[in-house]
Amino acid sequence: MTFINYASREINCKLVYYGPGLGGKTTNLQYIYEKTNPDAKGKLISLATETDRTLFFDFLPLELGTIRGFRTRFHLYTVPGQVFYDASRKLILKGCDGVIFVADSQEARMDANVESLKNLVDNLKSAGYDLKTMAYVLQLNKRDLPTALPVDEMTKVLRYKDEEIFEGVAVKGTGVFETLKALAKLVLVELKKAK
Amino acid sequence: MPLADTVMYEEEFRQIQEVLGRLRQESNARAAFLIDRNGQQIAANGENLESMDSTSLASLTAGNVASTDALAKLIGEKEFSILFHEGEKDNLHISIVGGKIIMVILFDERSSLGLVRLRVRKATVELNAVFEAINRKQEEDRAKGGTAESPFAEITDADIDSLFSS
Repeated sequence: MTFINYASREINCKLVYYGPGLGGKTTNLQYIYEKTNPDAKGKLISLATETDRTLFFDFLPLELGTIRGFRTRFHLYTVPGQVFYDASRKLILKGCDGVIFVADSQEARMDANVESLKNLVDNLKSAGYDLKTMAYVLQLNKRDLPTALPVDEMTKVLRYKDEEIFEGVAVKGTGVFETLKALAKLVLVELKKAK
Repeated sequence: MPLADTVMYEEEFRQIQEVLGRLRQESNARAAFLIDRNGQQIAANGENLESMDSTSLASLTAGNVASTDALAKLIGEKEFSILFHEGEKDNLHISIVGGKIIMVILFDERSSLGLVRLRVRKATVELNAVFEAINRKQEEDRAKGGTAESPFAEITDADIDSLFSS
């Protein structure tokens, strides 16, 4: 749910990183945080456990610049990936404008990817959204690991519609900004269509 | 899109700022914020606002309210309408306006919970009226087939690309 403020000439969009636990959602955000100009970003907030597992969400506000005189801000959120945090994931999805699914390329995590994607579809549905019509991109993360499955094999299982797919190594930053850009574009194009 | 976008217009924004400013003065509070349930700040009024990370405040408050709401439903309550966080020096009073908007009051020993509650109640009535007016305007706009002055109707691919050029 985009928030357009005509008075302060601002537009705010909410983007959510979804995916199985330990897949690299928080790492994506950390990389964006590290590489962004200090003027363009706010604080990175991580509500995590003592062992650095996401407990509720990570949050990073980004200001990208102006479009037609409107300051364009993206609020990036991650969900906690672990299965038992489902109630929290539902809360974070509320009002989101677009979703990035961060899949773990390791063969052993394919079941977790599939389960998490199904969970995304279900949770979106209960919030009144349909992933089929929503701004959505897929990131295949951890491409550098020796146990990574081939891209086409993962695509066959995880592609939900005609979404763009990016290969990533989030710890090194590979594909991180490409994925974010692609989603941000989709969200802005969606805004254009909505009016 | 299943949910309508939130839109804020100049006139209503001014009214909201007025109500918030008065609320802050009358309650002797340090700051007053309005935030939508998704964690976007709508308006703010207070001392030294620049020194405060109001973006983080907004998103954490929204997360706080969302999880408290879910807790309420879990035990069969409709909602917990007021949240109060008491600190050594500063306190936060969080309440809901018109079911949709979160109001946060930051206050210290110059005020009291009783005074804040009293003033919040009064301001809530005023703000409800403003938000109803915004809803009406938005519906009228939608009936007309969209806001004439929408900044995104004529957005081009080049505009979008330029955001990412730096």
